[in-house]
Amino acid sequence: MARAREGSSPLFAGNAAGTLRLIVYLALAVVLMVLDQRNGWLWQLRSAASAVIEPVYRLAGLPAAGVRTLSVAFSDRQYLTSQNQRLREDLLLANAKLNRMAAVAEQNERLRRLLDTQHSLKLNVQLARVIGVDLGAYRYELTLNMGSRDGVEPGQPVIDAHGVMGQVKAVLPHTAVVMLITDPSHAIPVTIARTGLRTVAYGSRDGDQLSLPNLPLAADVRAGDKLLTSGIGGRFPPGFPVGRIDSVAPAPTGMFQVALATPAADLDRSTDVLLLHDQAEPKGPPDLPVPAGPSPALAPAASASVAAPVVRPGPTGGVPR
Amino acid sequence: MSRARLSQWWFVGTLAASLLLMLVPLPGVLEPFKPYWPALVLLYWALESEDRVSLGLAFGVGLFADLLDGVLLGEQALRLCALVFITVRFRSRLRFFPMWQQALAVLALLLNDRILLLLVRILAGASLPPASWWISPFVGAALWPFLFLLLDDLRARLRIQ
Repeated sequence: MARAREGSSPLFAGNAAGTLRLIVYLALAVVLMVLDQRNGWLWQLRSAASAVIEPVYRLAGLPAAGVRTLSVAFSDRQYLTSQNQRLREDLLLANAKLNRMAAVAEQNERLRRLLDTQHSLKLNVQLARVIGVDLGAYRYELTLNMGSRDGVEPGQPVIDAHGVMGQVKAVLPHTAVVMLITDPSHAIPVTIARTGLRTVAYGSRDGDQLSLPNLPLAADVRAGDKLLTSGIGGRFPPGFPVGRIDSVAPAPTGMFQVALATPAADLDRSTDVLLLHDQAEPKGPPDLPVPAGPSPALAPAASASVAAPVVRPGPTGGVPR
Repeated sequence: MSRARLSQWWFVGTLAASLLLMLVPLPGVLEPFKPYWPALVLLYWALESEDRVSLGLAFGVGLFADLLDGVLLGEQALRLCALVFITVRFRSRLRFFPMWQQALAVLALLLNDRILLLLVRILAGASLPPASWWISPFVGAALWPFLFLLLDDLRARLRIQ
């Protein structure tokens, strides 16, 4: 195996041709990266090559799917029975809640029609499965088994049973990549359910938390407060749970309070997710002034249907880069 | 001769398997421990059969990996080119190293690779990765002797040049 190759690999070599070729290739790579960063060519190239790429994804997703199947196949009967029982109880509870809510929802719908707003409580969703593929972005992404052929578009919100997970970042014909709300380059407009305070939740660097870096010092924010989507910016519809605040501390600059929150959704455990189809209407007049301070009687109702973008900020909807 | 074709297929097969391994996710806790498989396999081939691995091949593999990964086109092409260049440049010396020294060299190469990646990502506007992100090169270096012996043994069994 140790063939002596004189000339091609001398012991102490400094052949200029090799260095020159390296420089050419590195320059080529840098040019490609810059062009891709500017123009987003990669995704066009990927949709052109999707016939090759998507089977590879499915193949790479097989081990994860296999582990899941095996864990079901080899889990004992007792566990499955208890799980089934628990799910049944959950369903019963949810149905009971739904029945109670139905009347309220209908009333709400009627009142809203009277107010002539365009909001609707109906959900238009599509179920998608997660493919277990690691796309090398420090776990801030999720791959789904539906794509542009199934009507998925970039920007669609993705939720699970507990809350908002993120938004679709890019689509291939049968695959979609979701940017999670914990991605540091993602921002989602939220309100604090208890007080109705509107702010923006960013992904944090550690990957599994949200950070709210610019709360006013005087704002009433406590650990345990729930965050809901505010609907401002038009990307996420209002009223979906986003997370729960863990801790509040003054910022190092002393100008703001900084809060850390845990996402409500099971970001790394969900295997089935829902894609929302009706995007929040970006237009519409401000119809209710949101109470400025904490007013316990008004706050839950107001924050559940925040519709008062008095000052509309720019595209806070966390536009994928 | 079919032996030559077999060896060609074996070469392409290991590279394809490394790309596939790169995509396969590990369960949550183990995630930061995943080594950068394409780099390890390319390293092996660059050390063992030099005439197969060139900068052009590293560039091509990197571009394909970028196409699969979807982060930034050209990122892995750049990293793999740098890695293969250093390996080929010091190949004669690396091959004479005892295994533990070779593993240390691999560690240095992989760390260099991570630094390149960090530079690229920061220039592209991403934020700093968590600390656990630096574990992967150490895992790759720790796995190197086993990977090397396994691939060498398989190659000897298949009698592939």
